[in-house]
Amino acid sequence: MAICEFLPRALCRFPAISDSYIRQARQVIDDGFRGLVREYGYIIDALKAPLQWFLNYLERLFTTSPWTVVLIVMLLVVYFGSRSIRITIGTAVGMILIGIFGLWEDTMTTLAIVTVSTLIAIVIGLPIGIVMARSERVQGVINPILDVMQTMPSFVYLIPVVVIFGIGKVPGLIAVVIYAVPPMIRLTNLGIRLVDKEVLEAADAFGSSPGQKLWNVQMPLALPTIMAGINQTIMMSLAMVVVASMVGVGGLGRNTLQAINNQFFTYGFLNGFALVAIAIIFDRTSQAFGKRLQRHSEVVHG
Amino acid sequence: MASHGIEIKGLYKIFGPKGRDHVEAVKNGLSKAELNERYGHVLGLKDINISMPAGGITVVMGLSGSGKSTLIRHINRLIEPTYGELVYNGINICGMNDRDLREFRRHKTAMVFQKFALLPHRTVIENAVYGLDIQGISRTESTKKGQYWIERVGLSGFENHYPNQLSGGMQQRVGLARALTNDADILLMDEAYSALDPLIRVDMQSVLLDLQAELKKTVVFITHDLDEALRLGDKIAILRDGQVVQQGTGQQIVLSPADDYITAFVKEVNRGRVIQAKTVMAPFDGQADGARIEATTTLEGAAKIMTENGLSKATVVDDAGTPIGTLDLQTMIAAMVTPAGSEAEKIAAE
Repeated sequence: MAICEFLPRALCRFPAISDSYIRQARQVIDDGFRGLVREYGYIIDALKAPLQWFLNYLERLFTTSPWTVVLIVMLLVVYFGSRSIRITIGTAVGMILIGIFGLWEDTMTTLAIVTVSTLIAIVIGLPIGIVMARSERVQGVINPILDVMQTMPSFVYLIPVVVIFGIGKVPGLIAVVIYAVPPMIRLTNLGIRLVDKEVLEAADAFGSSPGQKLWNVQMPLALPTIMAGINQTIMMSLAMVVVASMVGVGGLGRNTLQAINNQFFTYGFLNGFALVAIAIIFDRTSQAFGKRLQRHSEVVHG
Repeated sequence: MASHGIEIKGLYKIFGPKGRDHVEAVKNGLSKAELNERYGHVLGLKDINISMPAGGITVVMGLSGSGKSTLIRHINRLIEPTYGELVYNGINICGMNDRDLREFRRHKTAMVFQKFALLPHRTVIENAVYGLDIQGISRTESTKKGQYWIERVGLSGFENHYPNQLSGGMQQRVGLARALTNDADILLMDEAYSALDPLIRVDMQSVLLDLQAELKKTVVFITHDLDEALRLGDKIAILRDGQVVQQGTGQQIVLSPADDYITAFVKEVNRGRVIQAKTVMAPFDGQADGARIEATTTLEGAAKIMTENGLSKATVVDDAGTPIGTLDLQTMIAAMVTPAGSEAEKIAAE
């Protein structure tokens, strides 16, 4: 640029720190991080063990049980969750198609990891959401963290997860949970904050302790929003299992990854559709269940 | 359970972060507008002194913004007072710690809200036993009590309905049942009937009066409706801009309004329903003829008895049946239509 001839160098080209400094800093941080991981490896392993056990147990249960048993149990869960024949029939059709195209086992693996990650996300997200709803300060701290978690490209946080936990199913699971937990936290927080102030005042007037208020009033009234959070969490873990296949999670995600690498057009789409089928089953069932919890608000006095 | 009265002594409420600092200034005459303009604090209540009788209905009346809802929330400390005392049964409510306050709210007070504030996810019976749930009483026992009060407020058959399946009037019956099931001495009613249709409101007032005749609770009733205040209140306090303008019985307020503000209020009131026979009667002249009317009968009630019997004169008798005065139609009509002068002084002297 001609204009640069009249300007001091620093005002024209951005004066970045020299490459060697950055390289050094990077090295120090990375080495320190790895060193820490090596040092406290036993703690990390102890943390990993129960997750590994639970995940393996569920995966084995899903994949080794006869498909008939799994399908019947699944249909029962769907029916009693949604009380809808249509959703149940849809589930049956979807699962049978998945089986016919030879994706049954991979689907079971994916189902196992999605189930585990959703449960973990609820167990972590619910209490954090509750604490957040009760304190402005906690909300002020956690909100930006959630913003970062949700906007950071999912590939990036695979890196620290792999550094800390290595390659495998559990690191993949952890990555999925990190990705899926923010809506759970946010919607729990929102649900509790939206509870009618007058009802809360009534609860106070009758002498409720904070715990009684939480369990008798806030949680039941926040439930529809919390259910929406669970629904979102399930959808996000389904999306993330595909990415997590890069660090060694099996199932439909790995098939998709292979299809990308080898340009297997049909294979890729078959696996994609299988994921869509599971997503729809989860979504419709959990939504119908959430709605059923809301029976009291449906009938309105004319 | 014997009822106790509530004594409110020199109560101030100033909304804002440093309300306490401005109490002295307000005591020394800083006005509401000045306080707001200069310090950004809002004067909610100023020097409230009301003695609420045990076992009676005290009505606090005022228009919106007068501080009446703020005042009732001080009694169970849903709002923290800035300065002053509220004494119940010898204990200053303002001095209670969190635990004592919770116990006080659980066992001594029950509240009915303007917008009902029912728990939408609980059925009618579950709402009714809410207070007892909080106290940790088992459902078998609490349901029995809840059932009793649901029947008393006229909701039997609706136990398993959800609140939003009911009309406004019925929802407020649930609110009342919830408060009564709590079996507390103090019943706080915050504009409990203001959201109801006029006919249903009168109906609910009757429900309250019938129950109160039997229960004798210390009731604090907030309203913006003078007719409602006069019908329910054993004692009425009128609030304006956070201050008590006048307090006394309905008769005292109607017959001798303290200032123009209250005069304007009472102008539209049906005097025949407020003024009692003994207030306007002439001294007993020795002739006990005509209808016999009890001293506390309202003029409307007296007129009804007299016209039904085709009489134009009546003898007013006290509780023991002794004649204490006489009343003729002329006097009664005069008292019902014109602001009474001499009677006002008479009642003020009582």
